[in-house]
Amino acid sequence: MTAGVTEGALGAKADAAHAAVRLDGVTIEFTLPEGRVFRAVASSDLVVGPREFAAIIGPTGCGKSTLLNAAAGLLRPASGRVTVLGAPLAGINRQAGYLFQQDALMPWKTALENVAIGLEVAGTARAEARKKARDWLARVGLAAFSERYPHMLSGGQRKRVALAQVLIRDPKIILMDEPFGPLDAQTRLIMGDLLLNLWSQDRKAVMFVTHDLEEAIALADRVVVMSAGPSARIIGDFAIPLERPRDISEIKLERAFQTLHRDIWHMLKKEVLKAYSDQQSEEAAQ
Amino acid sequence: MNRFGLIGLQVAVALVIIAFWQMASTTHVIGDPNTISFFFSTPIAVVTQIWRWFLDGSIWYHLWITLLEAMLAFVIGSAAAIVIGFWFARKAMLAAIFDPYVKAANALPRVVLAPIFTLWFGLGIWSKVALGVSLVFFIVFFNVYQGVREVNRTVLSNARMLGMNERQLLRHVYWPSALSWMFSSLHTSVGFAVVGAVVGEYLGAAAGLGYLIQQAEGVFDIGGVFAGMFVLAAFVLVIDWLVTLVERRLLVWRPEAGRQS
Repeated sequence: MTAGVTEGALGAKADAAHAAVRLDGVTIEFTLPEGRVFRAVASSDLVVGPREFAAIIGPTGCGKSTLLNAAAGLLRPASGRVTVLGAPLAGINRQAGYLFQQDALMPWKTALENVAIGLEVAGTARAEARKKARDWLARVGLAAFSERYPHMLSGGQRKRVALAQVLIRDPKIILMDEPFGPLDAQTRLIMGDLLLNLWSQDRKAVMFVTHDLEEAIALADRVVVMSAGPSARIIGDFAIPLERPRDISEIKLERAFQTLHRDIWHMLKKEVLKAYSDQQSEEAAQ
Repeated sequence: MNRFGLIGLQVAVALVIIAFWQMASTTHVIGDPNTISFFFSTPIAVVTQIWRWFLDGSIWYHLWITLLEAMLAFVIGSAAAIVIGFWFARKAMLAAIFDPYVKAANALPRVVLAPIFTLWFGLGIWSKVALGVSLVFFIVFFNVYQGVREVNRTVLSNARMLGMNERQLLRHVYWPSALSWMFSSLHTSVGFAVVGAVVGEYLGAAAGLGYLIQQAEGVFDIGGVFAGMFVLAAFVLVIDWLVTLVERRLLVWRPEAGRQS
């Protein structure tokens, strides 16, 4: 079987009017302490469909997370437009849930309180919010841990709580910034399966940032490749036509997976090497 | 070593010191016992003095006055520090303008303010409360300020993404973060509240532990000074223990506090 690799996912572009997230010529710049302007992301276009799981991959430090933060409304692009469900984004993206790479739970709240808070601040009565939070903790397999504080949970358990915290609000868009990055390899597999299982139940739009190509192909409908920074841009767009439901640990053994992996890696490798040599010369200059 | 062994050794240290003190102040082994007992008193005299204070009950009034002053100093100082700490931390301009004045006020040895406070607030408890407030305020202020400024950025971004408005962020993120910083300095700030009260009393008062010590010192009653010091030490230990209880209750979510309990 030859994998149907298509560069530039045309299907998604045609659907632009109904896109969940649409970035048009988004450029993001930071002013460095010494006054110089650092351009992290240069004029990037990206359209993520309403039921699409899009992975964004690139070398470490290429600005993937920066692009995600622009979609979240946590960062304002220097130029370009961010459109969410057809409306221009101003301030925080209220339609989106965000799963962070680092621990983002409130350490002074129990697992249950952390999950319930998203509903409580939106005006849901406390008892009702807690009841739903209990259901969600059960769905991520933590029914017995609801009264624990985050420091009493393992890294994987904290990620499960964070996932429940995001999903309980029923956001139309889920943004994920290397969410399983800090976890060990086995826990990552289990979390990936859990994520796919929960996502397949109501297929929200997902922007999933990672630097792990296997993870990207195993999870996503589409893999977007970013170039090495600074001034990172989107250089590749691959459809992943692997069948669902998928078993993350099994799917890596399939031929189609390996073909996709080889093709995308061919593009990614150049960028990774470039990022690496830039880093080396920067260190040498210091 | 087990717990009882440790306590045994701790008690042994006290016994050795007291035995040495008793020997030095009553026998000729070290030097003239009359001279030594004049400067250092004797354990028997100190215990007798403490016993007399508790027997006639006069000590309770002084303890109560010191406790009241320390509590008022702690509550008023902390409340003011929390409000101003929050305000400064959220308004960078305000903090920048007042920065040199805050630093200058904090650098000032607070004891020199005692006469001014006595002049302003009289010889009653309020001049001591003012001295305690001037000590407590800065400790709590710097901690609350730091706590609000150094809120974990990821937790803050997450709270924003969860849909919190400014008021909700204040309640669910800034406030607990600031409180945890404040509680981490609880032992210090409560300690300083007591210091303020006692030093204030020592410099001029009509009641309190500091007053007792100062009175004894005035008539060269070294036994009375030592007795006052021991009562004060016990008083501070009890307060410190109460603070530890409160801290364990309020900071269960913290890794360190959780491991201790």
